[in-house]
Amino acid sequence: MTVHTFIDEAPETGPATTPLKAGRATSDIGEANQWTLVWYKFSRNKLALVSGVAILFFCLVGLFAEFLAPAIPDASRPQFTNAPPQQLGFFVTEPDGSQRFQLHVTGYAMEVDPASLRRTYVPDPEQVVPVGLFVTGAPYKMWGLFNADLHLLGPTEAGDTMYLLGTDRLGRDLMSRLIYGTRISMSIGIVGVCISLVLGVVLGAVSGFYGGVIDTLTQRVIEVISSMPTIPLWLGLAAAIPLTWSPLMVYFIITLIVSLFGWTGLAREVRGRFFALRGEDFVTAATLDGSSERRVIFRHILPSLTSHILAVVTLALPTMIVAETALSFLGIGLKAPIVSWGVLLQEAQNVRTIANAPWQLVWPAGAVVVTVLAYNFLGDGLRDAADPYES
Amino acid sequence: MLRYVIKRIFYMIPTLFGLSLIAFMIIQLPPGDYITSLIASMQDSGINVDPRQVDRMREIYGFNDPIWLQYLKWISGILFRGDFGYSFEWNRPVADLIWERMGSTLAISVASLLFVWAVALPIGIYSAVRRHSVGDYVFTFIGFIGLAVPNFILALSLMYFSYRFFGQSVGGLFSPEYIEAPWSWGKFIDLLNHLWIPIIVIGTSGTAAMIRILRANLSDELHKPYVITARAKGLPGYKVVLKYPLRIALNPFVSAIGWVLPDLVSGVTITAIVLNLPTAGPLLLRALISQDMYLAGSFILLMGVLTLIGMLVSDLLLALLDPRIRFT
Repeated sequence: MTVHTFIDEAPETGPATTPLKAGRATSDIGEANQWTLVWYKFSRNKLALVSGVAILFFCLVGLFAEFLAPAIPDASRPQFTNAPPQQLGFFVTEPDGSQRFQLHVTGYAMEVDPASLRRTYVPDPEQVVPVGLFVTGAPYKMWGLFNADLHLLGPTEAGDTMYLLGTDRLGRDLMSRLIYGTRISMSIGIVGVCISLVLGVVLGAVSGFYGGVIDTLTQRVIEVISSMPTIPLWLGLAAAIPLTWSPLMVYFIITLIVSLFGWTGLAREVRGRFFALRGEDFVTAATLDGSSERRVIFRHILPSLTSHILAVVTLALPTMIVAETALSFLGIGLKAPIVSWGVLLQEAQNVRTIANAPWQLVWPAGAVVVTVLAYNFLGDGLRDAADPYES
Repeated sequence: MLRYVIKRIFYMIPTLFGLSLIAFMIIQLPPGDYITSLIASMQDSGINVDPRQVDRMREIYGFNDPIWLQYLKWISGILFRGDFGYSFEWNRPVADLIWERMGSTLAISVASLLFVWAVALPIGIYSAVRRHSVGDYVFTFIGFIGLAVPNFILALSLMYFSYRFFGQSVGGLFSPEYIEAPWSWGKFIDLLNHLWIPIIVIGTSGTAAMIRILRANLSDELHKPYVITARAKGLPGYKVVLKYPLRIALNPFVSAIGWVLPDLVSGVTITAIVLNLPTAGPLLLRALISQDMYLAGSFILLMGVLTLIGMLVSDLLLALLDPRIRFT
């Protein structure tokens, strides 16, 4: 009998952990818990990191809309319709030629078209409108709770104009409207995703855990829903909202409609993971230990896929935001006085408006695109980081 | 193969049923019915209607039936007589109104799908073969933008740019002088001149998604041993890529019709509203706003059926391409 020995058999070299990042000690990683590992992996993706910061920024803008907006979104000044954006400047030239630091915007010069008598505004660099930080301006109710009138940025003289992003057809400040719209659009995404999170996780978990008839039934429902072209369906449901309902009701119903069709992807993901985890040892152990089915599902299996769910949810968010924007854009979603990015875009529906006042298209559209991109990058980063154990 | 086809068609029946339920629900959703609006308009013109007459009318039109019977009547009308109900706004049967519009919806969807394939295939191959090259990064970047910009914003932007730089407005499918003209070579060219904007608008996000899928699949495939073998035995570079790896990587490409098509039909709807194309979209929106529910419901139903048929075709194509599917 011959005994085979391999000459080049290497001696044992300790645990097979590969450093996730050069410079981080293996012992660090060996002791880190799962979320720390996820964070290590996630923070290597700079694009996702930047996107996360951008999302956070948008959320904060939405949260403190009243304070950040220079004006009240509904306050219109009919004499300044479709006024172009005013440039923000930092230094003014004194009469003697020296430069002095003074936040300001350039004023307007009015031109009347002799043929149509229509008034148009052009920025006039000669005029200087002084503006300042933390100025008192139009009074508002912070979060609907207490009265305040402090604004981050605004004209120091009441009655002066400061339209950093221009105005719309009724002479309302686009910047303020955009900031208030951020609150609605971001929150619709987040609230909608929470609803579809509950639906998707419960249905996905149940169908993945039990399998059989329940699974087949859920899969059929998902198939029907995901084979429907979404926009016609959203249109159909949104059009049934009675006109007499209050804007707040409409807001909730639109969120519900948007989320009713967003849960399918999540349910699929959760179901697939449940199928994979159902046979794992820790599940068997929990069952043998006398855990109820509910406990096994929610206490043992679900926590182990939280990071995956987080990634799917992040990727589902932009769909919700685009859905709301599309509905409002078509005029059967949110309506005035509620301001969302879609409501703003509705103003820019025809070529004439866009040609005369392109800022009405550029800024809301830019906000939508940046948000959608940021959520996508963030979601991609989270998805890659969701499983920190694979190389 | 035949067994697979039959099985696949059989599986479609519950989905179709679910689809029809959703469409019927949308028809029933708005408060009130045709009689309510009829009486409102009669009262507007000064005619007083006796409540008993109203009840009789409801009886005649079947609005007093239980809801399942109404559904049964509606669906059997569609299935056996091609009767989609009556459009109260247009005072014509719905069936007269929808087919032309559905035809153009189908045509634009298919054209967009062809565009998606035609663009995504070469770019996807290029990106997979030349991974991490400058070109790959450029296409990836454009792809991300394409995924992130919603259809209608893209349409609005293109409208603005073509107005600004070409001085022409881009609505509709034909120039005014060709709208009523009989088909001719000139009309066809005119159609193509108008068609490219909606097709680009509708196809962009699908193209971006396809490129990502093809790039991922093909680059997985390119690192497999059989490709290395092919290269080692001296096959020319293009053949190493095109002969086997591409064929395998194409499977998801075909099956992607299943989920790209609903997106395309959806995109056609909203893009058509922005660009004022004579497809189902603008008519659907109008029907919904005026609560002309039979018309709206029929459109929603037919769009769903359209995507289901598309999915069926994609599954059958996939079965043709990949014997593993047909024989299991």
